[in-house]
Amino acid sequence: MDRTRPAPSTRDQSPPQGRAADRATRRPESGERIIEALLLLAALSSVGITLGIVGVLLYESAVFFRQVSPLDFLTDTQWTPLFADAHYGILPLLAGTLTTTAVALALALPVGTITAVFLSEYASARVRETVKPFLELLTSVPTVIFGYFALLVVTPWLQHLWPALPGFNMLSAGLVIGVMIIPYISSVSEDALHAVPAHIREGSLAMGATRMQTAVRVVVPSAVSGMAAAYVLGISRAVGETMVVAIAAGMQPTLTWNPLEPAATVTAYIVQVSLGDLPHGSIGYQTIFVAGFTLFVVTFLFNVAGYLLRTRYHRKY
Amino acid sequence: MTTASVPPAKAEIRNLSFSFGRTEVLKSVSMPIADRRVTALIGPSGCGKTTFLRCLNRMQDLHPDVRYTGEIILHPEQINIIDPAIDPIEVRMRVGMVFQKPNPFPKSIFENVVYGLRIRGIRDRATLDERAVQALQEAALWEEVKDRLREPATSLSGGQQQRLCIARALATKPEMILFDEPTSALDPVATAKIEELMTSLKNEVTIVIVTHNMQQAARVSDYTAFMFLGTLVEFDRTDTIFTNPSSSLTEEYVTGRFG
Amino acid sequence: MSHDIRMQIAGNKRRDRCFAAAGLVAMAFAVLILLFLLMTLGVEGGRRLSWEFLTSYPSRVPSRAGILPGCIGTVLVMLVTAWTSVPLGVAAAVYLEEYAPKNWLTAAIEINIANLAGVPSIVYGLMALGLFVYQLHLGHSILTAGLTLALLCLPVVIIATREAIRTVPLSIREASYALGATKWQTVRDHVLPYSTGGILTGVIIALSRAIGETAPLITVGALSFIAFLPTSPVTAEPPFLSLRWLLDPFTVLPMQMFNWVSRPQEAFHLNAAGAGLVLMSVTLAMNGLAFYIRYRTRRRIQW
Repeated sequence: MDRTRPAPSTRDQSPPQGRAADRATRRPESGERIIEALLLLAALSSVGITLGIVGVLLYESAVFFRQVSPLDFLTDTQWTPLFADAHYGILPLLAGTLTTTAVALALALPVGTITAVFLSEYASARVRETVKPFLELLTSVPTVIFGYFALLVVTPWLQHLWPALPGFNMLSAGLVIGVMIIPYISSVSEDALHAVPAHIREGSLAMGATRMQTAVRVVVPSAVSGMAAAYVLGISRAVGETMVVAIAAGMQPTLTWNPLEPAATVTAYIVQVSLGDLPHGSIGYQTIFVAGFTLFVVTFLFNVAGYLLRTRYHRKY
Repeated sequence: MTTASVPPAKAEIRNLSFSFGRTEVLKSVSMPIADRRVTALIGPSGCGKTTFLRCLNRMQDLHPDVRYTGEIILHPEQINIIDPAIDPIEVRMRVGMVFQKPNPFPKSIFENVVYGLRIRGIRDRATLDERAVQALQEAALWEEVKDRLREPATSLSGGQQQRLCIARALATKPEMILFDEPTSALDPVATAKIEELMTSLKNEVTIVIVTHNMQQAARVSDYTAFMFLGTLVEFDRTDTIFTNPSSSLTEEYVTGRFG
Repeated sequence: MSHDIRMQIAGNKRRDRCFAAAGLVAMAFAVLILLFLLMTLGVEGGRRLSWEFLTSYPSRVPSRAGILPGCIGTVLVMLVTAWTSVPLGVAAAVYLEEYAPKNWLTAAIEINIANLAGVPSIVYGLMALGLFVYQLHLGHSILTAGLTLALLCLPVVIIATREAIRTVPLSIREASYALGATKWQTVRDHVLPYSTGGILTGVIIALSRAIGETAPLITVGALSFIAFLPTSPVTAEPPFLSLRWLLDPFTVLPMQMFNWVSRPQEAFHLNAAGAGLVLMSVTLAMNGLAFYIRYRTRRRIQW
């Protein structure tokens, strides 16, 4: 066997003419390194934004908390930073945010979920491909237009049903936010349902289950973490929505859980102060950063939960 | 067998081991690769033959967490191409590769062929034209595409695309070309053309081919290596491997008793 | 088969049909709302839309007011946004898809981007107020507004670009590397060119969302009543280009609309509908363009 082995070329075995002749012009490695470093810097800029947000909000909030104790901030039931007798309780604003969010979810969760199940389990591919872009278009509508809609179309319409309803109210704002977040919920849920492999469905259908039984008992439970992610992201959107509530829900910070009343939310309050002419550095002005920080913390928790839930269902299949 | 029939080696693999993370995929493989001959790598799926092939032009470096030990000596300079000091880019400029499925760039036929030259800094139009024509002729594709060099490469048939990929590799005049099951996605007629092409190319360039098809190995190669579970079981002249192998494992595989 | 089972099946099928009907209604609800919204805007705003409305300044008299400064402001702000968010976002996406090693830093960047995409836009506004206005003294300017919206767009651009880059098959990258291309050559010559369509689609959608943003611009101090235009970027004297507009105060179209909606007089509400119609048309046109590019790219490059 040894004799059949090719011997290493030693002498007169120069490579054929021209082979490997043009490997001369190699770019220096340093150029590649510089480019990689620049790209890394760009990727890190996103971390910079988060640090910027946290930094600014913490820094400005710290100024506020030097004058107001965090305990008052969390337990006082009045938010009147601009009055002579100033109170800095975040509860009224949070109540406004939670009420509008609850109204929005009461509409968006059922409608969004049923739409998702319908699109994934019942609709033909053609219907799905036509409807999905429409739903996505709904997420592109500027929120100020939704605000217009809430104040000048939905509220008058609700007043027909309920004549005592004030012109500014959380119900109308909440319903419109609900419409806004339907596409977020239906689209992410639909992705999760769609990711459930066909053989799981077939297992159920083969036992004589209807599509609905298959959907409710087999597909939805398999996609539950993805759907939870959709809900969580929808909630985060509803909590952070600003223009609709600023336009349609009113600007008075009242501690109420009744959606038929007007009340300011955390976001609407920030808009109100920004539009006024309080000098920077005044305690009244610092409050918007505190309100913003509260908002950031709440949405951050929801967003991270949503991210983890989504990566979980991606890993499953 | 006379010594005159023994050609010199283009490369020599000495005790090559290779691992992904903690999994050792190749275990101490040693064999020569004959200069301007066709060497076939055969063996059952998962035996490490494709991994071995991709070590020869350092394509494995694209994965994170890989480790080479041993040597792959490239002649005539006798450099060890898996030495960490050697730039994998330089190795790939000398050792071309053709893949399992044709993978032309979604550019024109011409741009596909000259891409390797462009990244070597060749800008001169006349040179590019000349080398493109030459490469397409060598790859037996020129007659079919000479009037449509500006058309997208994806408009070609599968077999033509694979020959285009061969032309793309040839245009840079590599010293060695690695074929990773180049005909597994093609029909028999296209396969025959590629095999013919390899036979005609071997006077110019060293060829290493991984194949699942034993008839193909028998038809095109001069030397054959049989691999099993990451080790080299047997290396010999192709006719010896197929007619009188020294290992019983090789015999069982080439006669179709397993694999 | 027994009678009971038949009854059971009939009941199951009835419930199945009811559910299908409910699904159809739910789906139609969302789509119909969108159409209704467009119609309302079209009818109300259409009454106000005219050449004069597009080319006039805001006014105390509703019928004489127009949206010229809002339109110009929106265009200039979007210029800044596009020029900063697109290169930064594409570069970040290229790093994450092509270069990033699998380690804690990459994981942190990814989770951070997912989180940023969900941060309420008004929080970006507060950050921009604290950073650009107070710390960097960029003023309540077009530059500040453009940068604010750029930060807001960045996660969307990154996510869309990554998706587009991911559609380029591994085999194409391998073909390039096997010819001796470096990583950057592979990215520049193959990965980016073949995913341009997808990237463009994502960028246009991101910008179409930014155009409608109001809340973050309120916090950085967009004016709601403005009777002048920013300095022209083109000048009569050499060098014929001026960057002074970057530091000018401004308003944008959605801000103008918000201002009009918030007023009690109904005549201003009509103006708001007019501004809304223009805004909506721009958004729809951009989405249409994105849709067309995606369609064309899918037809042109098939893997």
